[in-house]
Amino acid sequence: MEKFVELQGVGKSFDSRKGRFVALRDVNLTIRQGEFVSLIGHSGCGKSTVLNIVAGLYDPDAGIALCGGREIDGPGPERAVVFQNHSLLPWLTCYGNIYLAVEKVFGQRENKAQLKARCEAALALVNLSHASDKYPHEVSGGMKQRVGIARALAMEPKVLLMDEPFGALDALTRANLQDELVKIVEATQATVVMVTHDVDEAVLLSDRIVMMTNGPAATVGEILEVALPRPRERLALANDSAYHGYRSAVLEFLYQKHLRPAA
Amino acid sequence: MQAIKHEASVVSGTESKTVEQTLPARTASKRRFPSLESADTSPAVRLLVPAIKTVVPPLLGLALLVLVWAVVAKSRGGLPGPLSTWESAKLLFADPFYRNGPNDQGVGWNILNSLGRVGIGFGLAALVGIPAGFILGRFAFVSAMFAPVISLLRPVSPLAWLPIGLLVFKAASPASIWVIFISSVWPMILNTAAGVRAVPQDYLNVARVLRLSEFKVFTTILFPSVLPHVLTGVRLSIGVAWLVIVAAEMLTGGVGIGFWVWDEWNNLNVEHIIIAIFIVGLVGLLLEQVLILLARRFSFGQGV
Repeated sequence: MEKFVELQGVGKSFDSRKGRFVALRDVNLTIRQGEFVSLIGHSGCGKSTVLNIVAGLYDPDAGIALCGGREIDGPGPERAVVFQNHSLLPWLTCYGNIYLAVEKVFGQRENKAQLKARCEAALALVNLSHASDKYPHEVSGGMKQRVGIARALAMEPKVLLMDEPFGALDALTRANLQDELVKIVEATQATVVMVTHDVDEAVLLSDRIVMMTNGPAATVGEILEVALPRPRERLALANDSAYHGYRSAVLEFLYQKHLRPAA
Repeated sequence: MQAIKHEASVVSGTESKTVEQTLPARTASKRRFPSLESADTSPAVRLLVPAIKTVVPPLLGLALLVLVWAVVAKSRGGLPGPLSTWESAKLLFADPFYRNGPNDQGVGWNILNSLGRVGIGFGLAALVGIPAGFILGRFAFVSAMFAPVISLLRPVSPLAWLPIGLLVFKAASPASIWVIFISSVWPMILNTAAGVRAVPQDYLNVARVLRLSEFKVFTTILFPSVLPHVLTGVRLSIGVAWLVIVAAEMLTGGVGIGFWVWDEWNNLNVEHIIIAIFIVGLVGLLLEQVLILLARRFSFGQGV
């Protein structure tokens, strides 16, 4: 499979009140088409910064970031982002939020009926057809996040970027959404980059897990290939020795090799 | 405000959940009357009890006000009591729209004239203040440029502007409109600017990812996001404008509730002054309530 997203020697610093803070140094990462890659690491290790560079929301200070063979120049709908706190516009309904994205991406080529069909399909994909006319404050946190995912998927992005998409949800809702995401990803063959701090989530969903060292000047520590067969089933994996092997490999990296000092 | 929310939760049981979310005071008021709560068995009682809880406390407060007023009026000679004021009010409101020359018109005309001035002055202030607020909020340079000017002019007492208005416009009515304008423009500028600065970065990131045009960013993100702040500014401004008009009209004369108060003072008709106080309060209350309703309509669950 071809290289799709490529980071070569990427570095990023921020100016803070205490002076210059080097968040990332020399990050090298290649993501293939159709691959699900998780970025995992302790908080503050710059994993969200990596995602934001791929999204184009941040410019790297050093190195090159490529998507589809072209240098990433600013954000764009071909790299859709699912934000941690859903970021739905409160004055638009669930449908309206998706329509805003769909209209922008496909509005010039397709007629109203086609756009409407796309929005409805996206809502159906995340099982939210019934909440189409509800406003974000009228639905639960899990539903908001599903709308956020539907909005991103409706743009038919080349890469779906997810920044701790389930971080703000309770454990049961999170598990449900992970299962849904497994199905959606298997059905759509989407290329996904997900930032997470949840080891189980990373192993369950990913083809590869990118483990990051602690900041400042964080970089890619190890990359773990997760060769579990798909479709993956949460209950079946609970007793699977390979699953536990991957899980302890990630835990070992996080808590033995790179335990965050005094955190 | 509280009363409206309570009634809403009574009328439509299905919506009571969202209503409660926006109003922590409801649960608080429940705790204050624990004895009434246990008795609700029949549907009639369940409807009645909250209604009583809503209506009784404000009525008690108003009754207390009238009582204090009556006691003070009894002990001090000149002040008319509630009863004589009520009699006078009945006569006054029997014919609120008479005209006997320019200095003797019905109380209705006076109120309408004052409202007209407030409307024009406040409208001009909104026309200037809201766009100015957007500019100040969007561009840090402009904001830094005008910050000292605003800080200098904002604390000035509204009436200090009156002589300037009289000098420039050479007429009473435009001068009081000018005073309304200059005193009500600041809350709108400052609140709008604060609202623009408070637009969540996440919403702007959504716009960036979608590559929305500047126009689309304004109409779909900036404007709805800032609207609750604008409405807060409008509410404060209307309050200030209505406060100021009475004082301005006392000084400039003409037809208006402020002039009317001064005129009745010269006639030593103290009942009418007390009635005027109630009218001014009531109109201010109504203006405020209308804007609170508007603000709630456009708050989109973000809380006002």
